[in-house]
Amino acid sequence: MSFFSKKPKETVSVTYVSHNGAVREVAVPVENTVMEGAVANNIEGIVAECGGSCMCATCHVYVDEAFLGQLEPIAENEEEMLGNTAAPRQANSRLACQLKLTKALNGLRVTTPPNQQ
Amino acid sequence: MDGAGRAGVVIAGAGQSGFQAAFSLRTEGYDGPITLIGDEPHIPYQRPPLSKDFMAGKMDPDSLPLRPESFYEAQRIELRMGERIEAIETAGRAVVLASGERLPFDSLILATGARNRRLTVPGAELPGVCYLRSVDEAVAIQERLEAARRVVIIGGGFIGLEMAAIAAAQGREVVVVEAQSRVMPRVVAPVISAFFQETHEARGVRFAFNAAVTELRGAASVEFAHLSDGSMYAAELVVVGIGVVPNMELAARAGLEVGNGIRVDEYLETGAPGIYAIGDCAWHPNRFAGGLARIESVQNGVDQARCVAATIAGKRAPYDAVPWFWTDQFDLKLQMAGLSSGFDEVVVRGEAASRRFSVFYFREGKLLAVDSINRPGDHLVARKLLVAGVEITGAEAGDPGFDLKTAAASRT
Ligand SMILES: Cc1cc2nc3c(=O)[nH]c(=O)nc-3n(C[C@H](O)[C@H](O)[C@H](O)COP(=O)(O)OP(=O)(O)OC[C@H]3O[C@@H](n4cnc5c(N)ncnc54)[C@H](O)[C@@H]3O)c2cc1C
Ligand code: FES
Repeated sequence: MSFFSKKPKETVSVTYVSHNGAVREVAVPVENTVMEGAVANNIEGIVAECGGSCMCATCHVYVDEAFLGQLEPIAENEEEMLGNTAAPRQANSRLACQLKLTKALNGLRVTTPPNQQ
Repeated sequence: MDGAGRAGVVIAGAGQSGFQAAFSLRTEGYDGPITLIGDEPHIPYQRPPLSKDFMAGKMDPDSLPLRPESFYEAQRIELRMGERIEAIETAGRAVVLASGERLPFDSLILATGARNRRLTVPGAELPGVCYLRSVDEAVAIQERLEAARRVVIIGGGFIGLEMAAIAAAQGREVVVVEAQSRVMPRVVAPVISAFFQETHEARGVRFAFNAAVTELRGAASVEFAHLSDGSMYAAELVVVGIGVVPNMELAARAGLEVGNGIRVDEYLETGAPGIYAIGDCAWHPNRFAGGLARIESVQNGVDQARCVAATIAGKRAPYDAVPWFWTDQFDLKLQMAGLSSGFDEVVVRGEAASRRFSVFYFREGKLLAVDSINRPGDHLVARKLLVAGVEITGAEAGDPGFDLKTAAASRT
């Protein structure tokens, strides 16, 4: 496709664990979001209806505790949307579209909830 | 539902709604053949970023497709891009492609979307006069924008203002020409128009209100825009954002009823059983509009696709989702819930000066819609209030001490 970027990209490894334990480890370009990584790799537990505009809360994930401290803090928009997720919010709940990948997040592990809608 | 050995579902148009219909058919358990046909050369992609992060160069272009190509194979969705449906045989239950190929269907979902309304003034065909709907058009604008110093934007709606914000942020001289007296005139209250106008002006965008373009002039490409008020602006790039027209000719030729789109009932079904219309092309009964409406938004396309997919999978239910929409301009996010047209009372919650406020729209005391600027909590509560039909008064909406969340929870 004409609009595809042709530059080789630096990637980090992200592991998506489904609610029933299925594990997928994929390479996602740095600067992309955890949501974009899921969509590009057909990770089923993430819907991302609004395409990352923080408007739908269908990209809810539970972040592995080991990485929680390395994430950007939750902004107000995300905080409000997290109050509106289909599956229960937990202390490690985040919206995948608000999690931009950095090199430091290599190996990030997230679990998708049983439902997003 | 077992669809083996049957003609299956054909989806006409592979945009946001067509894609979602295919996707939702599978998640609803439909097991028969699905064929998704679109006349653009690219696999289905999102349009909202085209006038936002993609246009601004802040998005990985590879993230534009709604799903990667491998998705369609894995879900057994036959994707036929670059193909145009020319005719529908309603009695014969088949569509005919431009190539002459005939594809039978059990159910047909029309998701043909809309196309940009074209400018018809002299000079409108000059190179440098651009429209924005497809990714190819977005790339063409990006290339022109890079070389341009001055940009004229025709139309002060969402797309015009999003483009203005990006061009201004990139240091271009921007003029927005709007036929009415304020920005986004058909969709937001004057207080919001004024707020957005001020924000744009503070970043250097200029406005020509109550004016129309009468002629575009230039030698090899566009150089000047002449307006009805006699003024003239130099521009290397003109972006036209004056609304869209629904793609309904295919339906009309097949004898289906059309008006402001393809006419459907509350199940989003046309007069021909098993033929549905969804998304930007669908003229449907909408309780939030208090009548028939055609809505251009991701929410509308996605929720209508889900509704029809459920019906086809055997879980028939009328369409009844709360409309919501957003626009990003500079650092502002405007979130809209409900449909405000026909309002007779407007209540502001918060202060415009604080750059965080919401506007509640009422008609005869009934809440119609809420527009929120940098107040995402209000937006979410509004969606809940509207879906449940919770009554709140204007006085309550305007009282900062009144807890909307509690009202939404306790009055349902
Ligand atoms: C620049 C831009 C920014 C936007 N921003 C937002 C936003 O911030 N928020 C929001 O909610 N909405 C936004 N929208 C609106 C949103 O993108 C649309 O409402 C949505 O794309 C509608 O999807 P659709 O599938 O109904 O129609 P479309 O996306 O128009 O898809 C229809 C497809 O069908 C094809 N087609 C038509 N006829 C035929 C035929 N006979 N045979 C084969 N194929 C055919 C068309 O070429 C097209 O590819 C934006 C739109 C644009 C253009
Ligand atoms: S994709 Fe919609 S909120 Fe994350």
